[in-house]
Amino acid sequence: MTTPEPTNVPVKIRTVVTERAPSDISGLENETIDAALPGRTGSRVEIRDLSAFYGSHLAVTGVNLIVEPTEVTALIGPSGCGKSTVLRCVNGMHLNTPTGRVQGQVLIDDINILGKGVDPVLVRRNVGMVFQRPNPFPTMSIYDNVVAGLRLGRRGRRTSEYDDIVEVSLTRAGLWPEVKDRLKAAGSSLSGGQQQRLCIARALAVEPRVLLMDEPCSALDPISTLVIEDLIAELKASYTIIIVTHNMQQAARVSDTTAFLTVPGLGQAGALVEIGPTSRIFSNPNEKATEDYITGKVG
Amino acid sequence: MTDTIVAAPITRRQQIVQAPIRHRGRRRVVDATMTGILAAVMIACVAVLLWVLGYVASIGLQFLGPEFLTQTPPGNPADAGGGFVNGIIGSVEIVGIATAIAVPLGMSAAVLIVEYGGRLARWVSFLTDVLVGVPTIVTGAFVYAIWVTQFGFSGLAGAVALALVMLPLVIRSTAEMLRLVPAELREASLALGVTKARTITSIVLPTARTGVITGVMLAVARAMGETAPLLLTALGNDLFTEVNPTHRMSTLSLQIFGSAITGYKAAQARAWAGALTLIAIVLIATIVARLASRRTFTSGR
Repeated sequence: MTTPEPTNVPVKIRTVVTERAPSDISGLENETIDAALPGRTGSRVEIRDLSAFYGSHLAVTGVNLIVEPTEVTALIGPSGCGKSTVLRCVNGMHLNTPTGRVQGQVLIDDINILGKGVDPVLVRRNVGMVFQRPNPFPTMSIYDNVVAGLRLGRRGRRTSEYDDIVEVSLTRAGLWPEVKDRLKAAGSSLSGGQQQRLCIARALAVEPRVLLMDEPCSALDPISTLVIEDLIAELKASYTIIIVTHNMQQAARVSDTTAFLTVPGLGQAGALVEIGPTSRIFSNPNEKATEDYITGKVG
Repeated sequence: MTDTIVAAPITRRQQIVQAPIRHRGRRRVVDATMTGILAAVMIACVAVLLWVLGYVASIGLQFLGPEFLTQTPPGNPADAGGGFVNGIIGSVEIVGIATAIAVPLGMSAAVLIVEYGGRLARWVSFLTDVLVGVPTIVTGAFVYAIWVTQFGFSGLAGAVALALVMLPLVIRSTAEMLRLVPAELREASLALGVTKARTITSIVLPTARTGVITGVMLAVARAMGETAPLLLTALGNDLFTEVNPTHRMSTLSLQIFGSAITGYKAAQARAWAGALTLIAIVLIATIVARLASRRTFTSGR
């Protein structure tokens, strides 16, 4: 409890944005683009004593976890344990729900994004999110979906750069070969797995430091799931990734660290039970509750 | 020794398997009956609509010609000939102004109600429900009292009265359409670091566009046919073609009403032709709006 009070400096977040030069898109001519961006890492995310409420109902409490840059952290746990709520606190989206309230801190590179005076718009420019169900903008083409964040967010990119950004983002999301000849087609004309990768490309186009994934594969078939899991493995070099998943095999496959949350009973508050390296959590958990869950005894 | 055939007892499993088959005949009958009833109801609805359209068209077409669309009514209503050009211009102009007032206001109110909520939004929503129940003659009387008594009869006063009639319709239909936009799209946009205002203007409203335009066209059609509020505001003017909305103006609805109650055959003929013209204008406007609202993708550039 002696940690210094983090300063709320939204301006600092803004400078992070401008620091990133368009050099990210250099080397385009080489056809193959690594999903990773050389010399670029994600942000460190630290959650301190987080409690989230819906109105007066305490949904999840006492969450403490640290996500190091270039790591994938999986949040697992039974339905209703608050793992999605925790995820939605990391980009302030929880505060966007009508009765959403929080206590505690979420530090991104030592800036408390839940503090007063922090502009959620600036936070979300650095913390991207991929949702459970693919949600491309139905009125927009594939191309426009990818640049939507830049165009609507007034991110100061010249439209002449958009073509390159679209190609890089779609390539990173592993979708470019499938759609490069029909960028003007409706985003909703793609298959479910393609739509989800389009949504990932859309999130990557604004170049966040942190990528939140809320059960990104739960609406997808096994092959699309595999494609996205491979993608996560490549993206983690450049982005801090936090993924919520119901699929424990998926957590074991993609994550470096696993956090297990549970909820004692209906209507009660969820809580973090255990966090540790994925290999240990799945082979030798400290807590009985974790072991019961991952071996399928409960949940 | 004769073989006795003993019926095997029917097992529970057989009962379950056979159960749907036993009712198959009855379900077929119910299915056919219901399909028949629904088809009959549908035919009845369409038939009434076609009857109205056909009846108006059959009489109206006898008197509808180039003359009708280019001339004002004759000085003596008993005379044949003449037309409703002043009413056509008046209707389009007054409803156009009313739409220009009601649509931006109505859409803003709907955005407030659905996207922002809060105490003010609840009040706006409640007042909308009240306003939709106000008889249009009362709306006309209200505009008469606060506007016409000060500035006299005018097309503009009529447009304000019609805007008041259209406003709750636009708010309600737009709000319904905004509620249909999935919350996930709003979240997707916000998660990209897009402001709420920009999310509404660039994601939510375009997604709801088709439904919003349909609602607006219903309000326009309603306003086109309104007569009562215009009697007390625009008043009517059959002497010449008036295009200045600050003066008293005629509209098709006023002319249909005025001509139909005269008792002269020639005037009633013009009323029928006017009715047909009114239907045609609404139909054309609806078709144009439908074509314009076809989903097109903004180009990559």
